[in-house]
Amino acid sequence: MAEDRRSLIRWLLGGGFTASVISFLYPAIRFMNPPRIPEAAVNEVSAGRADQLKPNSSTIVRFGNRPVLLIRVAEDEWKAFGAVCTHLNCTVQYRPDGHDIWCACHNGIYDLNGRVVAGPPPRPLEEYAVRIRDGEVVIARRV
Amino acid sequence: MLSAATRRRAANWLDERLGVSAVREFLRHKTVPLHSATIWYYFGGITLFLFVIQVLTGILLLLYYRPTPAEAFESVQFIMTRVEFGWLVRSIHSWAANLMILTAFIHMFSVVFLHAYRRPRELTWLSGIVLLALALAFGFSGYLLPWNEVAYFATKVGADMVASLPGIGPPLARFLRGGEEVGGATLTRFFGFHVAVLPAITTLVLLFHLALVQKHGISVPPKLEAESRRRGLPIPQMPFFPNFFLRELMAWYAALGVLGSLAAIFPWELGVKADPFAPAPAGIRPEWYFLALFYTLKLLPSHVWIIEGELLGLIGFALLAVFWALLPFWATNRQGEIRTRLVTGAGVALLAYLSTFSALGYWR
Ligand code: FES
Repeated sequence: MAEDRRSLIRWLLGGGFTASVISFLYPAIRFMNPPRIPEAAVNEVSAGRADQLKPNSSTIVRFGNRPVLLIRVAEDEWKAFGAVCTHLNCTVQYRPDGHDIWCACHNGIYDLNGRVVAGPPPRPLEEYAVRIRDGEVVIARRV
Repeated sequence: MLSAATRRRAANWLDERLGVSAVREFLRHKTVPLHSATIWYYFGGITLFLFVIQVLTGILLLLYYRPTPAEAFESVQFIMTRVEFGWLVRSIHSWAANLMILTAFIHMFSVVFLHAYRRPRELTWLSGIVLLALALAFGFSGYLLPWNEVAYFATKVGADMVASLPGIGPPLARFLRGGEEVGGATLTRFFGFHVAVLPAITTLVLLFHLALVQKHGISVPPKLEAESRRRGLPIPQMPFFPNFFLRELMAWYAALGVLGSLAAIFPWELGVKADPFAPAPAGIRPEWYFLALFYTLKLLPSHVWIIEGELLGLIGFALLAVFWALLPFWATNRQGEIRTRLVTGAGVALLAYLSTFSALGYWR
């Protein structure tokens, strides 16, 4: 009888203690999880005047909160890609002498269609549409 | 000048309250084995010393450092250009961090090659491995704090590696970054880890590690032990206090000399402020102690069979780390004997891999 009562008490104390610890930890753990900040849906951005970028050169344009690599391949050939390397997230750059896109982090190389030519990246770069509207470059998400 | 009697009385008064004589008694009996490899016994102490330097210089840097993307870089620049001896304090903090990781590695490999991990020191080894992991976490989090270009991309890559782990990867990466991308939230978090979370955990694990070292005393290589048993001669010992202690002190002075000269002759660079909208600069690479991992990732093709190369590399590294951490357990056979050849072989192989890949990662 006394044994039973003792084990019941032990159980209650232990259970209460565990429950209280969980109730302390739960909010702390939730607190550590950063809240999701909704991204403003951007569908197109202006990248300035077309004559600001010489043929065979590039620039990085803010597209919402991500970088997009805009390349003026030739006089009227434009390309735009998400500048985030598909390997481990570095920002890529256009190489005018090689006519390719290079990621300095682990030597990943993409061609001007965004396809992986060499190095570790597993997937092609995301391509964006480029239009020239009254001498202004407009980059848009592809649908 | 106090008379001898007064001093004795004061000492007794303190002893009654603090129990100093027990400590003195303990120190009198503590000895350190004396043999041709005794020199390796100093490296644990040097690592500890460098850790203390990190704490002290870290506290100094806290007086001026500001953990926001708008101010971090400028505040470090301010420390280095305007604050008196600021360049020196910051340079010492960076150099000592690197030297500490170096001496921790030397300490670890000397434990391996002298077979000091063996029973009953398995937990000493494991706590040492945890300390090494903590040191690397200190390095990784501290690297970002100046908010320069190289650190920004190194952190992006590191966080994305975490994200690529199956299952726990994405939530863990969100936790580390404080969001979906490396940015201000990451800087604030890393700062908190670097100056509060990691120091607290490290202090606890360090005390545990040191307590175990005290409890078990210093290990003697099995070969010497066997030889002394065969000859029936005890292994020569030197008293810990003052003999070993004074030598350790000399080693600390030597470490301080090396540290001071490196910090003064090669002040640690600050680089260019991070810009999330600039491409990763050419020649980008992480701190030297991540170079082997970095170079391995660089070599791996995008896909190996159906697995992505980076994932394969990470799994490989994780398995290697677990295998290494469990060393004391696979090092003994059923009869309880140490497989010295196997352990030495594994140690040499790991050392060779780490050094060649780090060198290749540095020069290529
Ligand atoms: S992040 Fe671009 S190649 Fe690794």
